[in-house]
Amino acid sequence: MHATNLPAELHEQVEKLRKEHLLLDPRPREEMNRMVLEAMEDVNREYFIVMVLLGLVTLVALFGAWGYAMYKGLGVAGIRRPIYWGLFIVSFVFWIGISHAGTFVSAILRVFKAEFRRPFTRAAELMTTFGLAGAGLFPLIHLGRTWRFYWMVPYPNQRWLWPNFHSPLVWDFLAINTYLLGSTMYLFLPLIPDLAMARDKSTGWRKILYTILSLGWRGTEEEWRHLQKAIQIFAWAIIPVMFSVHTIVSWDFAVAMKLGWHSTIFGPYFVIGALLSGISAVGFILYMIRVSMKNMRYFIRAEHFDALGKLLLIISMSWAYFFFNEFILEWYGGEHTVKEILRLYTQGAVAPVWWTMVVCNIVVPWAVLWNKNWRRKPWVMALMGVIVNIGMFAERYVIVTGALSRNRIPFDWGWYEPSLVEISIAVGTFALFFFLYGLASRLIPLIPVWEVEEGHHAHELKRMGKGVVVSVAELE
Amino acid sequence: MAGGNGHEHTKWVMVIDLDKCNGCNACVTACAMENNVAFTGEEENAYGRGMHWLRVIRYWEGEWPNVRVRYMPMMCQQCSNAPCEPVCPVFATLHSEAEELNIQVYNRCIGTRYCANNCPYIARTFNWFDYEWPEPLNFHLNPDVTVRRRGIMEKCTFCIQRINQGEEQAAAEGREVRDGEIQPACAQACPTEAIVFGNWQDPNSKVRQLAQSQRGFKYLHELGTEPKVIYLASEKHDF
Repeated sequence: MHATNLPAELHEQVEKLRKEHLLLDPRPREEMNRMVLEAMEDVNREYFIVMVLLGLVTLVALFGAWGYAMYKGLGVAGIRRPIYWGLFIVSFVFWIGISHAGTFVSAILRVFKAEFRRPFTRAAELMTTFGLAGAGLFPLIHLGRTWRFYWMVPYPNQRWLWPNFHSPLVWDFLAINTYLLGSTMYLFLPLIPDLAMARDKSTGWRKILYTILSLGWRGTEEEWRHLQKAIQIFAWAIIPVMFSVHTIVSWDFAVAMKLGWHSTIFGPYFVIGALLSGISAVGFILYMIRVSMKNMRYFIRAEHFDALGKLLLIISMSWAYFFFNEFILEWYGGEHTVKEILRLYTQGAVAPVWWTMVVCNIVVPWAVLWNKNWRRKPWVMALMGVIVNIGMFAERYVIVTGALSRNRIPFDWGWYEPSLVEISIAVGTFALFFFLYGLASRLIPLIPVWEVEEGHHAHELKRMGKGVVVSVAELE
Repeated sequence: MAGGNGHEHTKWVMVIDLDKCNGCNACVTACAMENNVAFTGEEENAYGRGMHWLRVIRYWEGEWPNVRVRYMPMMCQQCSNAPCEPVCPVFATLHSEAEELNIQVYNRCIGTRYCANNCPYIARTFNWFDYEWPEPLNFHLNPDVTVRRRGIMEKCTFCIQRINQGEEQAAAEGREVRDGEIQPACAQACPTEAIVFGNWQDPNSKVRQLAQSQRGFKYLHELGTEPKVIYLASEKHDF
């Protein structure tokens, strides 16, 4: 906002716009650099205690319990015939869903030039990376012989065996690896200028670290041009990868001949479910960043929660459509076993979980997010993140364990309850996620300063008659 | 490559007459003895961790006292178009060329349990732990069958070790395998001869004769799995 010569009556209007929108409230680059670095280097006592606790929980609840399961055998989990997949696969699908947040916020909103994305693209991308770190563990944890997991990797070997490319598990393995590599590179690219900024401003071990990581970035015009081009390529390329990953995860179920899984709508249904849990989790993470890190109230404002809330409402409605579609077609299909499965969901033993899903994914978001004042409250959006993710966890629980407990042979119907080991591992992954996130929040600049600055340059307030309007220039 | 018995492709099938099955579970016991099926103990078994390759499904019909019970021995159906096979990422379950049976390669299995979820017959069992046989059961172990360790799937093999032995024996004596010469443990143990095993390609075999019956059906045939077990429906019930 460069119009300093505005008449006084417009001053109030301008102040209001500035207070509201980050991109209309420019601060000098030096100051923003300082604010972001200060937040990053702020390792205080509370942070230390929380991190040690999270680390301990990860170590004991996740890796300890996993080691125990490997040592004793997978029988320590609650799964039993005919429910051969349980909480491990539920958690796997859940974390894959969380990992969709980053790519969606960062790539799709970038491609569509949604300006509100600028301050939190990186915060969301980190969720992709660490969500995948959690998700990637579960296919290993749930294996009967974890130490043989590499037999799924296609490489020339002395066993003279390729993996079976007919198997959705191999597709999974390849899709997740592609997504992990792609999204990590996509996280790293926009990080380079910020790492170079941190290199120039820091001392000691941090200086060494950032010197290595920033790959000799000087900020010449040519470097910027290459970077922008690379980011554009990755932003476009990662979008189909993102859609493919959760579609393929859904095919683990949809291509099976298990009733209740055997549904052609599962691909888009799972993708939209992943976005629902991912986007709502972004709200939660942004709230945590805002309250726990210094100077973040400047970068992350009510407008961002508002925008996320609108997005979430639309996605919740889309999810409801797919959910209804899936349900009504299964019901209309009229197969006996499917009817039995649906009865189990809606009235049977799984009903509490199933109705939790309906309430958390449809009722609560629709009841809350229509209201602008609620959307603008960070704690409301954080709560929505928790509630929707409870709902989405419930959805995966219902699909995985509910459908497995009813099959075509009534003699072999079963019931599943997770064991302590399974619960411990599932909880431990949450600790792992927050531990890694906490670590990253103090190691890399969480706000892409250069992107925010770019936004500042692009936005301008112009006087038009008796008011001011915002004009946005095309920079990219 | 059918072990020298003259038939280009032996096709091993099983016929189970449900009218003759009285639910005595002798087949279950014989199968466990023959195939080194792990003994998981009362508690684990009740929890749903029994390792039986063969189980006798039991359905009650009607209200007490007019209750009728019907039995149906259920095991791997050796599907020609097996749903378990394409989903295994490491080719641990696949069709053998020689016997055209659905086999499980224990050494290759990494324990994803996807095959078990995809089996419409719920025929597969998983080694949840390393099991030990309490004395004196540890003395019965069959040297012809691999003892499985924890973390892998297993299932009925149609007693493939007996098939191979029978074919080798016949080849050594320079003759064809006689009908009824090869019997899996369940068929051998069945007191009412409800389970009959044989070669479908032999037009005079007992299985071929029995399968002509009007009562013959393949369980869940509508799924297109092409099972190799033919049930003969009990006169009183339809399946």
